[in-house]
Order: sequence, then C-alpha cells, then structure tokens
Amino acid sequence: MGGFPGGVHPSQQKLTEAAPIRECPVPPLLILPVKQHIGEVCAPLVDVGDRVLRGQKVAKSQGYVSVPVHASTSGTVVKLEEHPVPHPSGLGRLSIFIEPDGEDAWDESLTPMPDYREQEPSVVRERIRLGGIAGLGGAVFPSFIKLHDHRNPIDTVILNGVECEPYLTNDHRLMLERAEEMIRGMDVIMHVAGAKNGIIAIEDNKQDAAEAVRDALQRIDGTEGISVRVLPTRYPQGGEKQLVQALTGREVPSGKLPAQVGLLCHNVGTAKAIHDAVVLGRALTERVVTVSGDAVPNPTNMSVRLGTPMPFLFARAGLEDLEGMRVIHGGPMMGECLPRTDVPVVKSTNGVLAMKSGGLYSEHAVEQPCIRCAKCVEVCPVGLVPNELAWHCRHDQFDRGQEYDLFDCIECGCCSYVCPSHIPLVHYFRYAKGQVAKIEQERAFAEQSKARNEARDNRLAREQAERAAKRSRVKQQRSKTTDAKPAAIEADAPEQEKKGDSE
Amino acid sequence: MSTLISSPHIHGGDTIRANMVAVILALVPSSLVAIYMFGWLAVFLFVICIGGCMLTEMVCLRMMGRSTAPVGDGSAALTGLFLALVLPASVPWWMPLIGCVVAILLSKQVYGGIGYNPFNPALTARVVLLISFPLNMTTWIMPMHAGGVPQVDLYDFAQCWALFWHGPAALGQGLDAITMASPLGHVKTEWSQGIGVAEALQNYHYSYLHAFLGGEAGSLGETSALALLLGGGYLLARHIISWHIPTAYIATVALLALIFHQVNGEHFAPPMFHVLAGGLILCAFFMATDPVTSPVTPRGQLVFGVGCGVLTWSIRTFGGYPEGAMFSVLLMNSAVPLIDHYFRPRVYGKGLR
Repeated sequence: MGGFPGGVHPSQQKLTEAAPIRECPVPPLLILPVKQHIGEVCAPLVDVGDRVLRGQKVAKSQGYVSVPVHASTSGTVVKLEEHPVPHPSGLGRLSIFIEPDGEDAWDESLTPMPDYREQEPSVVRERIRLGGIAGLGGAVFPSFIKLHDHRNPIDTVILNGVECEPYLTNDHRLMLERAEEMIRGMDVIMHVAGAKNGIIAIEDNKQDAAEAVRDALQRIDGTEGISVRVLPTRYPQGGEKQLVQALTGREVPSGKLPAQVGLLCHNVGTAKAIHDAVVLGRALTERVVTVSGDAVPNPTNMSVRLGTPMPFLFARAGLEDLEGMRVIHGGPMMGECLPRTDVPVVKSTNGVLAMKSGGLYSEHAVEQPCIRCAKCVEVCPVGLVPNELAWHCRHDQFDRGQEYDLFDCIECGCCSYVCPSHIPLVHYFRYAKGQVAKIEQERAFAEQSKARNEARDNRLAREQAERAAKRSRVKQQRSKTTDAKPAAIEADAPEQEKKGDSE
Repeated sequence: MSTLISSPHIHGGDTIRANMVAVILALVPSSLVAIYMFGWLAVFLFVICIGGCMLTEMVCLRMMGRSTAPVGDGSAALTGLFLALVLPASVPWWMPLIGCVVAILLSKQVYGGIGYNPFNPALTARVVLLISFPLNMTTWIMPMHAGGVPQVDLYDFAQCWALFWHGPAALGQGLDAITMASPLGHVKTEWSQGIGVAEALQNYHYSYLHAFLGGEAGSLGETSALALLLGGGYLLARHIISWHIPTAYIATVALLALIFHQVNGEHFAPPMFHVLAGGLILCAFFMATDPVTSPVTPRGQLVFGVGCGVLTWSIRTFGGYPEGAMFSVLLMNSAVPLIDHYFRPRVYGKGLR
C-alpha cells in the first residue's frame, strides 16, 4: 500500500502559500455563463431588467447531469447574451450579466439545515444539487450525482487536499482558514453517502494545513471516523485515481468511478461549499481563487464572486494591463491557456496565472524526433506507453491508439513534462480523443440514418404488398362470384426492423 | 492570437543534448583508461572517429537539405566515441573512417536520422568492419602496463603516427609481431586444439584483477571493467538508463556460464571470466541501453537484456566468433518493436483480479 507509480516533481512555485484569503470586492459587472459544470446546459430563468438577490437561482438544470446557476450578488439583470468563457477555444456561451446594487442581499429560499444528520440523505442530496455545487477541484462534475450510488455502498469518503499543481494554493489556504466548515461539509457528505470513515489527504508540503485540520478535528465532536493522511509530495497525486491508489492501494476499474471500490472523492473546496449550502442555506456564489504567475506583482489568494471578470481580478493583485500576457486557467501542468482574457471566474476556476509570454514553455517548444528514452513510460502514472501512443495518434491511427489505451490517459502532462525531445504528447492524445469522439458521433448518426431509411423501405414494401393483396382479393371476388368467401389473405408484410443499437 | 497552446505549460528542462552529454561524460573514465593503455593510438582514434562521424552527419544533412543544427546535439559525437571504443587500437586510419560513414550514413541517416535507426550505429559499423577486415579487427596490440614487454612504445608520438598512418610495415614489423589475442580469442583457439579452459587461462597469464582494472588486450573501451562500471553507475544515478537491461544482460550471461561451468568446467569458461571478458560490460551498460534501439517498457527491457545475454553466451561458446556481445545486441535490436508491443506495462484499472 501507499504511493502510485510514475509522477514527477515540478518546481513548486507556491508563491501564495502564506497569503491569507482576501475578500475580492464585487466588480461593477458580473458575467454568469449558464453552464459552469460538466454536463447539460442550464436555461436562464431571468430576463433583462429583473432584480435578483444573491444566491437566487438564475438558470435551472435541464437534465440530470446538471446543477443550477445562482446570482452571486444582488442587482439587476442588464443583459443576456453570448460571452467568452474560460476555454482554450475562446468560444462564447450564453451569459447572464448582472449589475450589482451594492446591497449584496441574500435570497433566503434555501433554509439552513444545521440538523442535517436528522434529515433523510435524499433531502440533503437534493439541497446539494439546488446549491449548485459542482466539483471545485477543477473538474466541476455535479457533486450530488457522486453522492449516491445504490449499487455500490461507500465505506470511505476521501477529501482531496493534495493540490499537487504548482502555483495553486487555494486549497492550502482553505484548509488553514476554513478547516471547520470543510470538516462539517465532509460530515454532510459522509451522512449522505452513508460512509463511516473519512480520510483527508494532504501532501507534505502543506504540514501547517495538516496541523490545522487535525486541530479542527479535535475541536469538533463526532469526527472520530475521520483521519488526516499526509502524503509525500508528488504530481499528479491529486488525480482522483492516483489518490485512491496512494491512500488505499485500490484501483478504480477502467472507465468506472471510485464508488465501484467503495470510495468517494471530493475536493476540500467542494466540502466547504457543501457545508455552506446545507448548514447555512447559502448557494454557491463564490470560491477561493489563487491569482499568481510570474507577471503578477502581488500574487494572492482571494475569495471571489463567480462571474467576476479576470481583468478585475488581476487588477486586485496589482496587474492592470494583461496585454502581452499569457493567462492560464488552472495550474501550469493541466491548466488551459486562455486566448481571451475578458472571461469571468467560473466554478472551475481554482487559480488564474498570468505569465510573461516569453516564459511559457508550451508556446515556444520545438518538437524534435523521439529518441525513445523511455522517460515518458517511467513517469506515466497510468502505465501507458506514451511515445508509442503519440506515434499512433499523430498518424491518425485511432484504432491502434485505442488498443494502446488512449482513453485511460488522464492528461496529467507528466510525459510532456519530462520529454527531452519536447514532444507535446498530451496534445496529441487530446487531439486523438477529440477525433475518436467525432468519428463515433458520425458513425452513430450514420447508423441512425440507416435505421430510419430501412424502416421507410420496409413501410413502403408493406404498403405495396397490402395494395397488391387488396387487388388480388378484388380480382378473386370478381372471378368466383358464386364461390364461398376466400380465406382472408394476410399480407405477408415484413415486420419493421428493430432499430439497431444506438451505441 | 488564436494559436492553441496546450498544457503542460512548464517543462522539466531535459533535452536530447543533455542526455548525449551525460553519456559522453559517463565514458570519460573508460576513455582515460584507453589513453593510459593505448597512448597516442587511442587519441588518434578518438579524434578521427568523433570528427568523422560529425562530418558525415553534417554532409548527410546538407545533402538532404535539412538543418545542420542536429550535428550539435551530441549524438554524432557520441556515436564516434562509441565507435572508437569498440575498435582495436592498431587499425589503420582509413578503417575508422569507413566505420564513421557506415555508422552515420548507412545505419542512421538513411533511416531518417536521430530516433529512427533500428540498429545501434556504432555496433553496425563495427560488424561491417569485422566482416570486411577480419584480420585487423581481431588482432589486438599489446597495451602498455599489461605486464608483458610492448613491442611498440605507445607513448611515442612518432612511432604511433607511423603505425597509424602507414601500418606495421613502417615500423619494420608484421602485424603478428606487435599484437596478441584477446582472452576470449585465446580460449577459443586453445579449445580447438584440445586444450581446456583452465589450462588456456593459465598459459595466457590471465588474471581477474587485471581484467577488472584494465590490462588485458582488447578494444579501446573494453579493457577496464572498473571504468565502465563507474560510467554505468553515473548513468543509473542520473536516470539516463534504467537498471533493467544491464542487470538482466549480465546476470543471464553469468547464470548460463555458471550452470555450464558446473556441468563441464573443462569446456565452459567460468562466469566471472565471461562477465569481465570482451565487450560485455561495455555493451550491457552503453550499447544495449542505447535508448533509440532498445525497448521502452521495463518488462520489455528485461526481456531484451535476457535475450542479449543468451545470445552473447551462445555465440561466445558455440559460434565461430570469439566475441558475441555486439551481434547479440544487434540481433535483439531487430526484435525491439515486437518486444515493446507485447510487454507493455499493466494499465491502471485494467486486468484487475
């Protein structure tokens, strides 16, 4: 037990680990995209001119894998239009623009539930959904979905405070300053999931946070099942599957969730947000964001309202002009380089880094031939052979790529990080995954069309056969006018073919 | 700017050049031992091989209309250094030059340059030379400090230059007079005359200590196991190579030798002799671990090492050539794509229970 294979030790660059979480002021205009999670898009509930309160639902879910969006302060809806979101494509999404009124008045429709332990787990779970909670570690998967799986009982809840990405310190500071709320949130999760044990995982570069959490555990009653585990610092330990392996020695089966092996992982920030939504009745309207990077004069951690424009945020850290900067959404290992900087903070924004353009490796790397040094194989935490996989992906041999376990890649970037030939391996894997998805989509569409077409042919054939049968019946009746009624002729129409598998 | 910049945005700083330079550094002890033992002849070979390889690479790249920047990445220089280390000291000047052209042109650039060659360039060149010029490639000049009385003073520039440039005739001697057999060759010839291993080693005045520190006849870089192990240890410590290939390779040879030596000690040489003799340690740490031509997966590397070991011992014992290390590495090179395909690591979350 203990540890996971591979991994790297990038330079920590935790410039902001000693910077307490500051309150970021409410900006003059908030931009709330109607989708800030993984899953289905939400539909706006408000119109231009409407007055909204902080925590009021402004966009509702339109599917199961979805959580609503809430206004992050009180004010007036001034605009509903497409606006760029933090995404490497620079594409936009329908967003709700809110002009704050400065009162910051709360919507009180969610009643506080301090007695959550007395409530039915399903009630608490619904509250977590209504609170708009999605995984705040960066993946933003709707949290309520993971909380319940009737096929797989959960024995242990893992709280992920690993924060292995360089630069980012938002989870570190949250554990130091909001340990009690976080632990209460964890207790909510354990109640809903029916778990008896909890592990809070922290890397050993955050000993102070581990101490703070241990102290808080002692102060709070009923947390006997929760323990703190300090792990040796290594990237990508914060990856869900790697963390499960490092803590328990169990492996999550390929393509499955940790629930399959009785585990449930949540980020520490998510736990704190769950506490707020359940115990305080406050929907998700703000989150802790690390503002850092080599171009930021005063790197810091801030509690930021969702929808705050990035330039406003950087200005609070002393960087007024983003011209010529590269802005990374997330950490430097897995974060996305944003082509546009006028995007808002969303639920997945754990950090934003402004880098001087010249300092960004990914922008200047010149690819050279692979010398098969095997370093990528050595560091891959999943056990892939990245150099071979990249070769297939690069040459559009996607079947071969899948044979080399393309879809087990977690895109942690360790292979690209160590490659002496500076090959952007992860980039090739992303490209191949995208292409495979596209090909699958086209195949599914083609199959649907084929099934539709066959159904139509069958219908036409049946109708023709029916007509022919009718004609012959009439003919028979005419020729054998005196005969007894002929037996009813059943048209032997072929049965409509069943639709093929939609997969 | 709409160029897509893909994560990760930071890098560990490793480069091809750094890897090559590390291997060159690891070969410094062996090269110094070579100069200590073979004097000016070693210096001439280093200069001509390294220069020849870099020049060939430059000419190839220019003829293909490609950038000549890769000449500076150190890989051609390293190939040249390797080539010098696997040649006998007494070869005439044109022979290493042919080797350089074979190594860089026929064994590397025709396949597409760095990263694409299926066979180890330096060893390919050596095999071509061995088959083309068997006499020169299997006679070994008596090194300095080897116990015997050397016929040529290798520290004398003029004598060495004459030998290098004009051949042994310039010194008024035949090649036979100034050279001797390697221990492996000696044991093989004696056995063909019905003399057992123990007696053959006795009349060769073979000593394990000599073989370990350096002092037996052989190619430039083969003589000192100690210097090679120092370099190999450096590469292991710097994670340039992994332990899998050298360990599997040497252990396999030692194990086979041990078993057969136990069965028939008169015919089969003892394991320690096999390990220290010839190019085994050089091949195990430096040739078989050449990244381009060896497997990338740990299990594949073990298989590769075992394969090299079996072949080396078999060729030495049953083959026509006294030494089999280079043939075995080249043969196993050809199996690398297959090995890599079938010996991949287990993927996380797959094949459980």
